[in-house]
Amino acid sequence: MPFDVYLNVAVGGVLTGLVYGLMALGLSVIFGVVRVVNFAHGEMMSIAMYLAVVLFAAFHLDPLIMMVPIAAVLFVFGYALQSGLINPFITRPEHSQFLLLVALAIVIVNVLLIIFGPDARTVQTAYAYDSYQLGPLIVDAAKVYAATAALLFAALLFAFFRFTLVGKAIRACADNYTGALVVGLNVNRLYALTFGIGAACVGAAGAMMTLIVDVTPMLGPSYTLLAFVIVITGGLGSMPGALLGGLLIGLTEALAGLIFTPSAKSMFAFAILVLVLLFRPQGLLGRKAA
Amino acid sequence: MAALIERLTDDGSRRTMIWAAVLVAALVIAPWVVNDYLVTVLIVILYLAYTGQAWNIMMGFAGQLSLGHAIYVGLGAYIAAFLFTRFGVGPWVGFLAAMPVAAACGAIIGFLAFRFGVTGVYFAILTIAFAEFARIGFDHLDIVNAAAGLFLPVAQYSHNDLWRLRGDPTMFYYVILAATVVVFILCRVLIRSRIGYFWLAIREDEEAARAAGVDTFRCKLYAVMISAAITSFAGVFYAFFYNNLFPEQVFNISQSIQIILGPIIGGVGTLFGPILGAFVLTGLAESLNSALTALGLDLPGAEQVFYGVCLLFVVAALPEGIWPWLARRLGIAERAG
Repeated sequence: MPFDVYLNVAVGGVLTGLVYGLMALGLSVIFGVVRVVNFAHGEMMSIAMYLAVVLFAAFHLDPLIMMVPIAAVLFVFGYALQSGLINPFITRPEHSQFLLLVALAIVIVNVLLIIFGPDARTVQTAYAYDSYQLGPLIVDAAKVYAATAALLFAALLFAFFRFTLVGKAIRACADNYTGALVVGLNVNRLYALTFGIGAACVGAAGAMMTLIVDVTPMLGPSYTLLAFVIVITGGLGSMPGALLGGLLIGLTEALAGLIFTPSAKSMFAFAILVLVLLFRPQGLLGRKAA
Repeated sequence: MAALIERLTDDGSRRTMIWAAVLVAALVIAPWVVNDYLVTVLIVILYLAYTGQAWNIMMGFAGQLSLGHAIYVGLGAYIAAFLFTRFGVGPWVGFLAAMPVAAACGAIIGFLAFRFGVTGVYFAILTIAFAEFARIGFDHLDIVNAAAGLFLPVAQYSHNDLWRLRGDPTMFYYVILAATVVVFILCRVLIRSRIGYFWLAIREDEEAARAAGVDTFRCKLYAVMISAAITSFAGVFYAFFYNNLFPEQVFNISQSIQIILGPIIGGVGTLFGPILGAFVLTGLAESLNSALTALGLDLPGAEQVFYGVCLLFVVAALPEGIWPWLARRLGIAERAG
C-alpha cells in the first residue's frame, strides 16, 4: 500500500481521536473528582447523539451548532443525576456504585431502543462528503470540524478549571476531600457541578460524533469501555492525558483497521490498555500517587 | 466423612442447615412438579447461582473485583466444544482440559495485576480488557469458526447420555443442580479454611494482613485461579446446553455483568447471597416477561428497562444485598459474611 494511504488514515484517526478525547475528558473529570466510576458514560453519550439526530431530522439544525444546547441539556441531566441518585453512593464500596451505574446504563440503552428502534440513524449534513486536499492528503471536512470543535471545548474546560474560582474549588475537592470540607466548600454541590460538567463534555462529544458515525442504541456500552481505555491510558485526573489518550487510541484504531481488519481494531486499543496498566499504571501523563 | 460433615455444620445454626436442606429437597423434586418451561428457567437460575458463587470467591472472600468473568466462561465453553466437535472428546474430559487453561489465564491476569500493584477500579478494568481482548480474538480465530460461531450436533432427546451431556433439559437441570450444591459446599469449606481467613483479612485490610504475615500476593492469586477454574465448568455447561457458541455472546461484557449481578443483589461475601440473587433476578425478569406478554405489549427493551429500574431500587434500598437483611429477619445470622 502506498505511504499516503497510511497517512490519510492516520490523520483521520487522529481527528476522530480528538473527539474521543473530549468524551474521555468528561469521564476523567467525573472519575478524578467525584471518584465514582461512571459506567453509564457511553450511554450518556448516546442520549446526546440521539438529541443531535432528532434536532437535525426535525429542524435541520447542524449538530456542530446544536452541540452547545445539547451540552447544556446533558449538564442538567448530569447535575440532577449526581445530586439525586449518585450522591448517597459516594461512600459506598466500588461494586455498589458499579451496579448503580450499570442499572442506569441498562435503563438508558433500552429506553432509547423503545423510542428509536434498533435501526441506525445518520445525520446527512451538506458537508458530509466534502473534503480538504493538502498535497497527497485528503481529509474529511466533517472530521476536521468535529475535531476543531472538540479542541475548542477542551480549551474552554482547561480555562474553566485553571482560572475560575469554581474550577479551583473543584480541583480542591479532588485533591483533598476533607480539606475541602474544612475550608467550607459545599462539596455536594461541587460534585453535582462536576458531574454536570463531565456530562456536558460527553454531550458535546456525542453531538460531534454524529458527523462521524451512525447512531444506534447499542453504541453506549462500547463507548463506555473506550472512554475507560482512553482515560487510563492517558492518566487518571490528567486532562491533557485524556486528550492524548484519545488521540493515541483513535490513531491505533484507524491504523489497525487498515492493516488488519476493522472489526479487530478495538483489540489493539485493549492491548494498549493492558500494556499501560502493567508498565505505567498511573497512565502516560498521570502523576505517580494519583 | 463424619469429620467433614462435622466441619460443614459446626458453627452454622441448625436453622440454616434446615433451610438449606429444604431448598435442596425442593429443587430435587421440582422437575416432577413444574412444567418444561419452568425447568429451563430453573436451569438459568442455577447457572447464575453457580457462576455467582464462583465470582464471589474472588470478590466476596478476597475482595478482588473482577468484571471480566466472561473470559473463563468463554474459555471453558470453547475448549470443551472444540474438543467435542473436532475429536469427539466428551465434556467431562473437556472440562479437565479447560479447567487448567482457565486457571492459568486467571493466574496470568492475577500475576500481572498483583505484581504491578494494579488494584481496585484499575484491576476491574484490566479484567474487562482481557475479556474483551479474548472476545475479539476469538471473533477472528478461524480454528473455532471465528464470528460464524461453533455449533454442537443437536442433542438426541430419545435417551439421556450423561457422559456426553446429550439429553433433555431435565438431565441438564440435575447436572447444574449438583454442580451448584458441590460449589456451595466447596465455598463453605474454603471460607472456613486457613486460606479463607487469609482472604477475609486481605479483603478487610490488605496492608494489615501483609503486616500480620499473610502472603497476600499468593493468596490473591489462588483466589483468582480457584474462581476461574470453577467458572470454566459453567462454560462447558453453557456450550452443551445451548449447543451453539458465538464469541459475541459468551465473551461479552453483558455475560460478566450477568454473573456478578446475582451475588451483589443477594449479598456479596455471603454463601446464600449468590443463590438468592439468582432466584430474585431471574424471577423478576421472567415474571416481567410474562406480565408484558399477558398485557399484549410487544416492546423490545421494556423488560430490560423495568429490570434496570428494579435493580436501581434494590441497590439503593439494600446496600448489603438481600440475604443479610433476610437472614436478620429470619434470625439466622451468617458469620462469614
